[in-house]
Amino acid sequence: MKQFMVFVRKEFHHVFRDRRTLLILFGLPIMQILLFGYALTTEIKNAQIVIADHAKDAASEQLISRIAASKYFTINSVALADNEIEAAFRKGKVKCVVVIPAGFGNDLLHGNSAQLQIIADASDPNTAKTLTNYLTAIATDYQQDLYPTANVPLRIEPLTRMLYNPEMNGSMNFVPGVMALVLMIICTTLTSVSIVREKEMGTMEILLVSPFKPTYVVLAKAVPYLVLALTDFVIILLLSVFLLEMPVRGSLPLLFLESMLFIITCLSLGLLISSVTSSQQMAMLVSMMGMMLPTILFTGFIFPLENMPVPLQVISNLVPSRWYYMIVKAVMLKGLGPGVIWKESLVLAGMTVVLLTISIKTFKTRLA
Amino acid sequence: METVTLHNISKTYGKGATPALKDVSFSVNKGELFGLIGPDGAGKSTIFRILTTLLLADEGTATVGGLDVVKDYHRIRSSVGYMPGRFSLYQDLTIEENLTFFATLFGTTVAANYELIKDIYRQIAPFKDRRAGKLSGGMKQKLALCCALVHKPEVLFLDEPTTGVDAVSRREFWDMLQQLKQQGITIVVSTPYMDEARRCERIALIQAGSILSIDTPDAIINAYPGQLYALKAAHIPHLLNDVRGFEGVGQCYAAGEYLHMVFRSGSEEHLLAFLEGKGHKDIILKKIKPDIEDCFIRLLTTTHQ
Repeated sequence: MKQFMVFVRKEFHHVFRDRRTLLILFGLPIMQILLFGYALTTEIKNAQIVIADHAKDAASEQLISRIAASKYFTINSVALADNEIEAAFRKGKVKCVVVIPAGFGNDLLHGNSAQLQIIADASDPNTAKTLTNYLTAIATDYQQDLYPTANVPLRIEPLTRMLYNPEMNGSMNFVPGVMALVLMIICTTLTSVSIVREKEMGTMEILLVSPFKPTYVVLAKAVPYLVLALTDFVIILLLSVFLLEMPVRGSLPLLFLESMLFIITCLSLGLLISSVTSSQQMAMLVSMMGMMLPTILFTGFIFPLENMPVPLQVISNLVPSRWYYMIVKAVMLKGLGPGVIWKESLVLAGMTVVLLTISIKTFKTRLA
Repeated sequence: METVTLHNISKTYGKGATPALKDVSFSVNKGELFGLIGPDGAGKSTIFRILTTLLLADEGTATVGGLDVVKDYHRIRSSVGYMPGRFSLYQDLTIEENLTFFATLFGTTVAANYELIKDIYRQIAPFKDRRAGKLSGGMKQKLALCCALVHKPEVLFLDEPTTGVDAVSRREFWDMLQQLKQQGITIVVSTPYMDEARRCERIALIQAGSILSIDTPDAIINAYPGQLYALKAAHIPHLLNDVRGFEGVGQCYAAGEYLHMVFRSGSEEHLLAFLEGKGHKDIILKKIKPDIEDCFIRLLTTTHQ
């Protein structure tokens, strides 16, 4: 036991004396959370649009002021001639042009029907679709406000409610994903590199020629990184609650336990990587590159898994972060209890047992 | 009593590669300071790794302290001290942290065996808070020796401990080994420096995976066949060519400021006359006693033939 403790202490010395490790350990999660929380978002804010108002009447003024009131748009109200519109798009700054034809108000009030042209830059289809949807909604709203009692014979009025995330806050989706990503990368990279470093520096030779059992070397390596990864988890959680205003609706201890389980899964994966690679560079490459992409692709927080072809969906089952992501979403956002996530937890536990067994079995008690 | 034995050990790394060890057998007595002398790539490190249970031999058996290196590897690991050829301590830990770590790992404390390491540790103690990576080569070796000794091993394996260390530190290091020997520890040490062979009780000369000779340094020198000559003249490079062109000379090679040579047939007078005829001046030819390096070179050529 004393041997185990001195080994763990040594590991902490390694971590706290190496600036690069510290940077990965604490810089990466903070940076990722801030990046995904603020910079990388699929929401559209302040899109540049141009309104070519050829009508210049009361109705068009009212419509424009409604568009302006929305936080989604920044309006450049210039009267563009029709042939100038394309040039404006080509410059690339303008995302969308709204053309209000001459006589707009008149048509609306007397002809009962007015036209409005919305031209969007569909080289980015998602943005174009979102912008046109927003604008259409504003126009419909305006129309209904004009004639609240309009006598339409049949009318379906959909009342939508956004559950769990009424403000459609994008970070709701990202934070669980980033949590899974960061913990995965940190745990696999740091553990694998730290074991391979012992091989590369030759210290493994001395460790092997000692009474300290090779299995204990593996376990003693995992303990410090478990503690550090849990610290990371707490940091991410604090940042997302206080900075990104994420709710934690479910039980905090449950979330903590599940995260611990996931961290242990990742540590086992890191240990496995370390026993099949022989240089730090290789270990870094395998765990950073080999893990980063599948995690981003197959966790489901950027690309919905449901839209993927079946073979890819099957592959995604092998990615531990996918299960953790589901657990975090269920516990954190929906406030669900262990009764709902037992299946995911069981999958993670099973992966851990398999990975840990393989990595302990393949850990070499000799050099070659 | 034999503490370390090797019987017909052979080892090849990978299929079809040149064998690293070919049928190597020797034994080391208890309390002996035994040297493995040979150039880089001779197979010294492989022998150490087999004895420290880090590698498995392809053929043959070996024991350390009466224990088999394959079956009882775990018990051997706690009873030997090993210092690998490359500095292998934690560079980001201080001297003191390294020492404490290895002491604890072996289930002991620095204080318990301080008597054994104190003469060596005293020399590096003023820097005990310095990180191992920032030490000089000599200090690193002293620290590594302390770490290998701190659990009072029965057998100490030192793989090229003086490589890359300055001449003064090398001498000090060998003095320390003599002291350790007096404490009853069996020491197996390797070195590529032939001049260090004299500091061992018995040596094994090793080349290309085979043992050339095993004996005390004196016995190996006394076994040198024939008379060795040292030869010098004003222009050494020409001299070497000319001597090699002389019929009666067996072997001739540069050794320091002299050429070392032996006669196959022919005599001193004939050679001198031959060289003067070639225009050499200030010729000195004298009989000398061979050293280990001469023996090594001699053994190399005889085994090649």
